[in-house]
Amino acid sequence: MLQVDGIEAGYGPVKVLYGVGFDVREGEVLCLLGRNGAGKTTTLKTIMGLVPPEAGTVTLAGEVISALPAHEVPGRGIGYVPQGRRLFSDLTVAENLEVGLMTRGKGKSTREHVLEMFPRLRERLTQRAGTLSGGEQQMLATARALCLEPRVLLLDEPTEGLQPSMIQLIRETVETMRAEGVAVILVEQRIEAVLSLADRVAFIENGRSREIVTATELRADDTLLRKYVGV
Amino acid sequence: MVVGAVPRLLPGVVGFAEEICITLQAWSFGAATRLRFQTLTGNDPGMEFGPHLLLAVLEGAVGAAVLALTALGLSLVFGVMRVVNVAHGEFYMLGAVVAWFVASVIAGHPALGFVAALVIAPLAAAVVAMVADRLVLKPVAYDPEATIVGTIGILYILQQAALMWFGPEARPVEPPFNHRIALPWYDWAAGEWFYPWGLSTTSYKLFVIAAAVVILLAFWAVLTRSRIGLIMRATQLDRETALAFGIPVGRVYSLVFGLGAGLAALAAVLIVPIQQAHYLMGGDPLLLSFIVVIIGGLGSVRGTVVAALLIGMSDGIISVFLSPTLSKILATLLVALVLVFRPQGLFGTRAA
Ligand SMILES: Nc1ncnc2c1ncn2[C@@H]1O[C@H](COP(=O)(O)OP(=O)(O)OP(=O)(O)O)[C@@H](O)[C@H]1O
Ligand SMILES: [Mg+2]
Repeated sequence: MLQVDGIEAGYGPVKVLYGVGFDVREGEVLCLLGRNGAGKTTTLKTIMGLVPPEAGTVTLAGEVISALPAHEVPGRGIGYVPQGRRLFSDLTVAENLEVGLMTRGKGKSTREHVLEMFPRLRERLTQRAGTLSGGEQQMLATARALCLEPRVLLLDEPTEGLQPSMIQLIRETVETMRAEGVAVILVEQRIEAVLSLADRVAFIENGRSREIVTATELRADDTLLRKYVGV
Repeated sequence: MVVGAVPRLLPGVVGFAEEICITLQAWSFGAATRLRFQTLTGNDPGMEFGPHLLLAVLEGAVGAAVLALTALGLSLVFGVMRVVNVAHGEFYMLGAVVAWFVASVIAGHPALGFVAALVIAPLAAAVVAMVADRLVLKPVAYDPEATIVGTIGILYILQQAALMWFGPEARPVEPPFNHRIALPWYDWAAGEWFYPWGLSTTSYKLFVIAAAVVILLAFWAVLTRSRIGLIMRATQLDRETALAFGIPVGRVYSLVFGLGAGLAALAAVLIVPIQQAHYLMGGDPLLLSFIVVIIGGLGSVRGTVVAALLIGMSDGIISVFLSPTLSKILATLLVALVLVFRPQGLFGTRAA
């Protein structure tokens, strides 16, 4: 579904990615693992076109999307849940969802479907997003991305700072997406969540792709975990 | 300050005939009122306070109305694009100059030319602004410092272009209508309604106030209720995330820069029948807009409107009763106080 080949990218003169590549299939959850500052967020931003790649390509279902202007990338069907949620804080819950719906021209039925997945948001449609609790904000950030009816879903540390029940909800959402055939790229720090949720794991070290292994292999042998994330 | 046919004040005259009264004044709210007041105090030092307050409030409201529109354009551009548009006053000037061209080309009743100017001048200013956005601001990637230098360049280009094609003269635009409206004031001594000092305003001035209110409400409705308004607000709040949800931020910036210029031009079309078009007229609205936008909070629509009312009205009133210089001193002092005690402005939110 989505293929990343040898991307190199950075911020102005600062180079961060020196060759990152992986692919994710329909109905698969691929986890990106790496230490803080390894370049996981930058990788997702490069996929979204927010950071222009200096080399390499991103291909979505056969179409090279890394040459597109950034605003045309999400329209191809990529939903993005950024690190730190990045809600439009002064807009209401309903307006945040509306922005998500506009991206691919989705309507009422999509909105209903998303609100069924996150009923708490329905009670708070007129509330300013900035005043939601942390957990509710994460629900909204996820719901906003689901409003695209994405083919590919990018989640950047969606469980950061959440309590167990909320983590469970995010996890169920990811499983639902996988069951619906969405390709999911998940950046996650908690190893046990990675091991139980991921189909495959791609390691990133200092802006370079390292081994890509199945979660089953990783569960059996933790040397890679020790090597790249130090646990 | 050139003042032409200032309405003469005939004590005790009731019911003025319709009269075209063109007051030529530079941008300085309440200048006409001030003159009237000086004449009055000369004649009658025991003047009552009430009627004059009413007049000062009206003059102040005209200034506030036009200032609100102009400052809103500046605030919108800063809010969404983080660009300090030093050329904002020149788009205002452009609006006035185009209004003059349009009005002088269209024959017939002055209202025809005026209505045409009301449509054409803001559009022309918007197009020029959008071209400037593409040619100047986009190439420097909207860098905050580079755009200040860039807009200073736009300022001089527009100003000199106006000097070349429009000339150094001040040129009037005829108002679409301009009935003299005497202000009713109940005279206690006489015990009946009459107009004791011939205090008057014109129907056109009332129209300017009403038009500005309508435009502000329409702008508010577009910003809060429409899809394009949602897109602009989302872009303002988080440019990168807006991109990640398919919002064409580059096009939104062009549109916003055009809209900001259009608002300034619209304000100028409204004021030009009272004030005259001149190629240097952009300086004062720029300064006052900055004052308003700093006090109101950059990027806050509500704050901008409230601060424009505050500055416009108090400028009108203080100028009439005390002195125009004092009014400018107080406004500047207020800016200093706001910057010290509430740098985000009265209604602004702290930058995240
Ligand atoms: N806007 C930016 N400008 C300059 N450098 C940046 C910018 N954003 C990130 N970086 C740098 O790029 C490197 C990679 O950052 P990135 O956010 O991709 O890491 P990460 O793997 O997501 O880390 P974390 O696990 O802490 O979220 C870091 O060294 C960071 O300092
Ligand atoms: Mg990160």
